[in-house]
Amino acid sequence: MTSALSTPPAPARTGAPSAARRLLTTPTMGPLVALLLACAFFSLNTDQFLTGGNFSLVIQQVMVVGTLAIGQTLIILTAGIDLANGAIMAFGGIVMAKLAADGAVPPLLAIALGILVCAAFGALNGLLVTSIPLPPFIVTLGMLNVVFALTHIYSADQTVANLPAPLTALGETFAIGGTLVTYGSLLTILLFLLFAYLLGQTAWGRHVYALGNSSEVARLTGIRTRRLTVGVYTTAGLVYGIAALLLVSRTGVGDPQAGQTDNLDSITAVVLGGTSLFGGRGLVLGTLLGALIVGVFRNGLQLMGVSSIYQTLITGVLVILAVTVDQLSRRRIR
Amino acid sequence: MTDAPVTPVLQARRLVKRYGHVTALDGADFDLLPGEVLAVIGDNGAGKSSLIKALTGALQPDSGEILLDGEPVRFRDPLHAREHGIETVYQDLAVAASLDIASNMFLGREVRRPGLLGKVFRLLDHKRMREESARHMAELKIGLRSLTQPVESLSGGQRQGVAVARAVAWARHVVVMDEPTAALGVKESGQVLDMIRRVRERGLPVILISHNMPHVFEIADRIHIQRLGRRVGVIKPGDHEMAEVVAIMTGALQLDQGTGSTVAGRS
Repeated sequence: MTSALSTPPAPARTGAPSAARRLLTTPTMGPLVALLLACAFFSLNTDQFLTGGNFSLVIQQVMVVGTLAIGQTLIILTAGIDLANGAIMAFGGIVMAKLAADGAVPPLLAIALGILVCAAFGALNGLLVTSIPLPPFIVTLGMLNVVFALTHIYSADQTVANLPAPLTALGETFAIGGTLVTYGSLLTILLFLLFAYLLGQTAWGRHVYALGNSSEVARLTGIRTRRLTVGVYTTAGLVYGIAALLLVSRTGVGDPQAGQTDNLDSITAVVLGGTSLFGGRGLVLGTLLGALIVGVFRNGLQLMGVSSIYQTLITGVLVILAVTVDQLSRRRIR
Repeated sequence: MTDAPVTPVLQARRLVKRYGHVTALDGADFDLLPGEVLAVIGDNGAGKSSLIKALTGALQPDSGEILLDGEPVRFRDPLHAREHGIETVYQDLAVAASLDIASNMFLGREVRRPGLLGKVFRLLDHKRMREESARHMAELKIGLRSLTQPVESLSGGQRQGVAVARAVAWARHVVVMDEPTAALGVKESGQVLDMIRRVRERGLPVILISHNMPHVFEIADRIHIQRLGRRVGVIKPGDHEMAEVVAIMTGALQLDQGTGSTVAGRS
C-alpha cells in the first residue's frame, strides 16, 4: 500500500446523481425516445401510420418475436444468451399442431404438451449450462441445430393445416374503441407486465439481476445459483411455448420453416430495449419497446414504400447503435 | 485479556487440506476469542485463504475439526456457515453492482410484504428493507444520501461500507473480512478501520485478513501468524515490532510460544 500513501485521498463522491442525470441514464429512456421519434417521423411522412388499425397491426407483427424476447431477456439478464429460442418455438408449434390435427389428443392437451416440450428444452439448456458447465452461446448453438433437425424429422417437412379452433383462438379479435385487437396481442402485453412484476418486485427478480452481475457474488450471498439458472432457462422455455401458440394462431398452420431468424430478432429487441448483453442490467419493458421499435420501423418504411431490404439494413444499424450506447455508459460508470 | 478460561467463539484443531501434492493446510490451529479483532497474516501460500475458506464453509478440510462456541460443526457451503451466524465480506466479491443498497443488504434474505401480497404475489417490502438498511448504515456511521442508487455509483469505500454493514447486520457470531482495505485509498481505509472498531464495540468478534501491516497493528487485538500451512504463533501488537512480525511470517525469526521471545530461524 505504499502507492496509496503517495496519492492524495480520493475526493468523496457522496452526491447522488441528479434527477435529470438519473432519468437520462435509465436504460429504457433511450429506447422510449427512439420509439417516439420513429412514431413522430412516420406520422408526418405517411397518412396511414397514425391509425388504431395500423398500431394493432404492428403489435400483431411483433407479438411472436416480442414474446420470444421476454425469455431472451431473462437469459441475457443472467449474462447468458439463447440462440435456440426460435427453433424451440417452431418445434413446440409443430408438436401442438400435429397432435391436434391428427386428433391424437384433445386440442387443449396438444397445446399443453407443445408448451411443455418447449419448457423441457429450456430446462435441458439450463442443465447443460450449469452442470458441465458450458458457455450458453455454445449450448444453445448446438441446441439450435438439434431442435431444427428434430422439427424437420418430426414433421417430415410437411406443413400441418386444418387445425382445430382452440389452436387459432388467440388470432381472434375483439374491439377497443373501433380498433380490432387480437387476443394474442393482449396476451403478449400481459406477459410483459407479468415479467416486469416478477423481475422488479420479487426476490426471484433480485436474484436474477445479482446472478447477471456476478454469479460468484450471488453464490457467496447464499443464492442457489445453479437452481436459479436452470429455473430461468426453463421459464424462458415455457414462454417460448406460449410464443409457439401465438405463432400457430397467427399463421393458422404448423410450419416447420417458421421462426428461423427469430432467435436473432429476439436478441435485437432485447438489445434495442437497453438491456446489457453483459448481464445484470436492463428491464423487460425495455424489450417491449425494443420489439416495437423494430415493428414500427418495418411498418413505417413499408408504408413509405421503402423496400424491405432497407428495413433490415436500418435494424442492423440500430442494433450497433444500441450496443455502442451500452458500452459507453458502462465505461462511464467504471 | 484475562487468563480466565474463555471458550473461543470459533476454533479450529489440526486442519489439513491437500490438493494433490500441494498441502494448503498442514495441521492448522485457530482460536477466535469473544469480542476481539483477530488479524490473520501470512505470506502468499501460507494457507491463509485456505484457513479462512475452511472456517467460512467455502472449502471442506480433509481432516481436523472446527468448533463454534465449543460445539463441533461441519460447514457444507458458505450458506451453511452463514446460517450459523458467520458472515464474510469477500474481497472484490462483496456486492451486486447494478442493484441498490437496500437490495444488496437483503440479497438472499429478502423481506416480503405481510399478508396475501407477500404470500401469494411474492411482493417485496421495499419500504421496510430500505428503512432497515438505513438504520444499519447509520449504526456504522456510513453516510449516504440515497439508498436507491445502484452500488456501482458509489465510491470504493462506500461500497465496502455496504458489504460490511450487511455482514454486521446478519452476523450473530463472527464477521470475517478478507482484505477489506486492499482496494481503497488512505481516507477510505481509515473509514473501514473505524467501521471495524464499531463492530467490535457491538461485541462481535472480527477476523481480519490483511497484508497491510500498519492497518493490522492499528486495529488488531491479537495477530495470528500463518506460515507453511500452520499457525506459527499468536502475538499481541504491543509486544512485538512490526519488522519482527514480518520476520516471523517469512520464517527469518521463530517465535517461542512459551516465552513470547523470538529466536533466529533456519528459514
